[in-house]
Amino acid sequence: MTTSPPKHLLVVGNGMAGIRTVEELLALAPNSFHITIFGAEPYGSYNRILLSPLLAGEKNKADIITHPLEWYATQGITLHVDNPILSIDRENKSVTDSRGQSHTYDTLLLATGSHPIIIPLPGQQLPGVVTFRDMKDVDTMLELAKEGKRAVVIGGGLLGLEAAMGLLKQGMQVTVVHLLDILMERQLDAAAAALLKSALEERGMQFYMPAQTAAILGESQVSGVRFQDGSELPADLVVMAVGVRANIDLGKAAGLHCERGIVVDDQMQTSDPHILAVGECAQHRGMVYGLVAPLFEQGKTIARRLAGATDHSGYTGSTLSTRLKVTGIDLFSAGDFLGDAACDTILYQDPSRRIYKKLVIKNNIVQGVVLLGDTVDGSWYMELLREQKEITPFRQQILFGRHHLGDAGHGATKVADLPATHQVCGCNGVCKGTIEEAIIKKELTTLEEVRAHTKASASCGSCTGLVEEILAHTLGGDYIPAQSKSLCRCTPLTSDQVRLAVRDQQLTSVVQAMQQLAWSSPDGCPSCRQALNYYITVFYPATIQENPADRFVNERLHANIQRDGSYSVVPRLWGGTTTPAQLRAIAEIAERFSVPEIKLTGGQRITLLGVKKEQLPAIWAALGEQELVSGHAYGKAVRTVKTCVGSRWCRFGVQDSEQMGVLLEKQLWNSWTAHKYKLAVSGCPRNCAEATIKDFGVVAVEAGWELHVGGNGGIKVRVTDLLCRVESMEEVLQYSAAFLQLYRREALYLERTAPWVERVGIRWLQQQLVEQPDYRQQLCAEFIQAHQCLDDPWSTRAQGKLGTQDFLPLTSIPFRSLENVA
Amino acid sequence: MNGWHYIGKVEDIPLQGARIVAVGELGNIAVFRSHSEQIYALADRCPHRQGPLSSGIVHGDKVTCPLHGWTIDLASGEALGADHGCTRPFAVRSDENGLYLQLSSNDG
Repeated sequence: MTTSPPKHLLVVGNGMAGIRTVEELLALAPNSFHITIFGAEPYGSYNRILLSPLLAGEKNKADIITHPLEWYATQGITLHVDNPILSIDRENKSVTDSRGQSHTYDTLLLATGSHPIIIPLPGQQLPGVVTFRDMKDVDTMLELAKEGKRAVVIGGGLLGLEAAMGLLKQGMQVTVVHLLDILMERQLDAAAAALLKSALEERGMQFYMPAQTAAILGESQVSGVRFQDGSELPADLVVMAVGVRANIDLGKAAGLHCERGIVVDDQMQTSDPHILAVGECAQHRGMVYGLVAPLFEQGKTIARRLAGATDHSGYTGSTLSTRLKVTGIDLFSAGDFLGDAACDTILYQDPSRRIYKKLVIKNNIVQGVVLLGDTVDGSWYMELLREQKEITPFRQQILFGRHHLGDAGHGATKVADLPATHQVCGCNGVCKGTIEEAIIKKELTTLEEVRAHTKASASCGSCTGLVEEILAHTLGGDYIPAQSKSLCRCTPLTSDQVRLAVRDQQLTSVVQAMQQLAWSSPDGCPSCRQALNYYITVFYPATIQENPADRFVNERLHANIQRDGSYSVVPRLWGGTTTPAQLRAIAEIAERFSVPEIKLTGGQRITLLGVKKEQLPAIWAALGEQELVSGHAYGKAVRTVKTCVGSRWCRFGVQDSEQMGVLLEKQLWNSWTAHKYKLAVSGCPRNCAEATIKDFGVVAVEAGWELHVGGNGGIKVRVTDLLCRVESMEEVLQYSAAFLQLYRREALYLERTAPWVERVGIRWLQQQLVEQPDYRQQLCAEFIQAHQCLDDPWSTRAQGKLGTQDFLPLTSIPFRSLENVA
Repeated sequence: MNGWHYIGKVEDIPLQGARIVAVGELGNIAVFRSHSEQIYALADRCPHRQGPLSSGIVHGDKVTCPLHGWTIDLASGEALGADHGCTRPFAVRSDENGLYLQLSSNDG
């Protein structure tokens, strides 16, 4: 160890390994180093594990960036993005970046990660052939998924299957090509692989295996794949996901000792004492790891070394486990899951429930595990494996899991017995002790808070159950499980209890409700003020005196705030219909107000994007002259009624869906709802208006109309349930108003119809609405009465009936008076 | 004097709300009026993604940014909860004529 610690740490690689090490160092010895990081990609560090959900559309880029650029600034770290290091001059202890600049270091940390393996096939360089390694690859795939239909994924390992699932979610037809007839053969045995395959097939994935790819076909763009046996598959996109190899280019060129990776000792030091390596580029005791879990131990080791700790014992290697991060498929694998002649296999198999559990045991010690369908005990088996624990006392029950052991579980591992150093969250490297400490010191009481503070379970989420258990155990009686979650921190009451109190105790204003229900904060918080305001608008529409401050900006200003602080303006086009006069007006207004972009929305409307706050009243006035009113594209409100042209024009149409849609929209518009609420009307069962993924969908049939409810086309697609069939337009109108009013009365604020319909059940809805005509009429009447209390919010404001000064600056202070501003 | 600028009357700012003062190249400054009639001023840029804090919901002596829900302390400009970041606070004082905002950096 050096006596005077190095002054300048230069890190090559801004991925999870480099950044994790820097974080460990900052935690252990803040300000002890000047740190410079070079990254080849143009962003802050992000969580590479989450590329799969990014591809699947379940997360966006901002969600997966763990360290935005501001973070580096606040930590005093100099970050160079989009600037790979090209060479190392070990003699002068300096590196040269891609711009030709040279930078000196005292200690150099190589965290260069891996390269995806590209099979040298003819056609491999064609546009449309991609790897699955970074955000750029995901961008390319998403771009191609928009246009193309068919994807071929080469590689049936973890990476390949995650890529395939993501593309499937993007609506592509996906075929996975694999060299062997066992999927994920490095993690699964044949039986589990077969179960996994059929589960994936059920989700629409196709397989072509065993098959060896011979060439990628296409002229200027990929068009297919040819195999050794001469057969071919068409493809618009080919993903090569056959594995990674350590990126040792830089280390090798600098003359460091490299084999498959850059060889390091237990202190993560390379053959040069001033150069360390971490993560996927490093080879330690013969192992090159391609997963994140080892990074955390390696990073800690380096941080301890750099901080000058004298007791450092070094890194001794990791036992790895794998989880497949595909929504709805639970898979866990670790250790030697095949075993040898000296091993016993304990097996549980339930093919129709798709559950498979296998433990490989040698001398009463777990050697390996494969779990499919039920992975709750994965981390327990992993711990038994890592610690080489004797399982004799509970060998008989071991497959039934840790919970089955009960209190007489011989101290195996209930959450209380897990050591503080037990790693709970593999994605973010969080130990049980860290979670407990955060819960106590920061007085955390909910899963969300634990996530926010410790990052445990914040990435792939597979340890959520365990984190909840730790929370429950640490808090004891203070823990409130999620089912009975209070509305917010201002009250112990749940959202439903608040709703009932508003309804039954005649609470007619937000202030009164807070007083009567003993709110713990002086004027609430955004969550409860909006919820209370909503419940009051539903139950007391005629008398409510709304305070605009209780509404989110969109509903307060009747426009939708955009990421740059500008607004979008969407006038209502009844049933998606318009006129030349309206189109001229919209065009003229867009020019007059220099609106930067006009776009057609998914709800058959026109949105004006980039409108400034102070322009809003004048734009509304101008739109109002052409009788264009608010489309409520911004609120928890009735949004659009999408229609197809129906029998008016379409040769297949059996009813006038356009007229039906216009009537529905005129009846229901301008209503506040628990969450956004969309409708559609299709003129025949071909259902071109996609009515069966709407909150209320109407599909014409020869004899009348089918009414569908509780659909959703968002994050979680849900197809509607059929409520009933009716004959006339009048009945459609009555049912639609009654259903909407029932939803407004009964659902929780921010509960969309899809989960609400699932919660109450379609049967209950039919009992309320179909089997009780009187109640249906009453709900309908109640809705119509509430509706009479509302004017078009735009014209009300444009005519100055409500103040518009809030849209303008209070005052302006010219720049010239600012000479004494720092 | 000392960089104090008259900006308007207290009643011009909605209760539990905010108005902005446009200050040349310094950008917008949000002036808040809390439930308990305290007046605060902050740069109108959330430390997270520069969202306009003036359009957020004001509760207690805090404001919640309309873009991604960060909650900012109105007195200090510091992000609250698990988030970290700070937006610049400005001094405000009032007399019988109305409100004054201080733009100089050498204030106490």
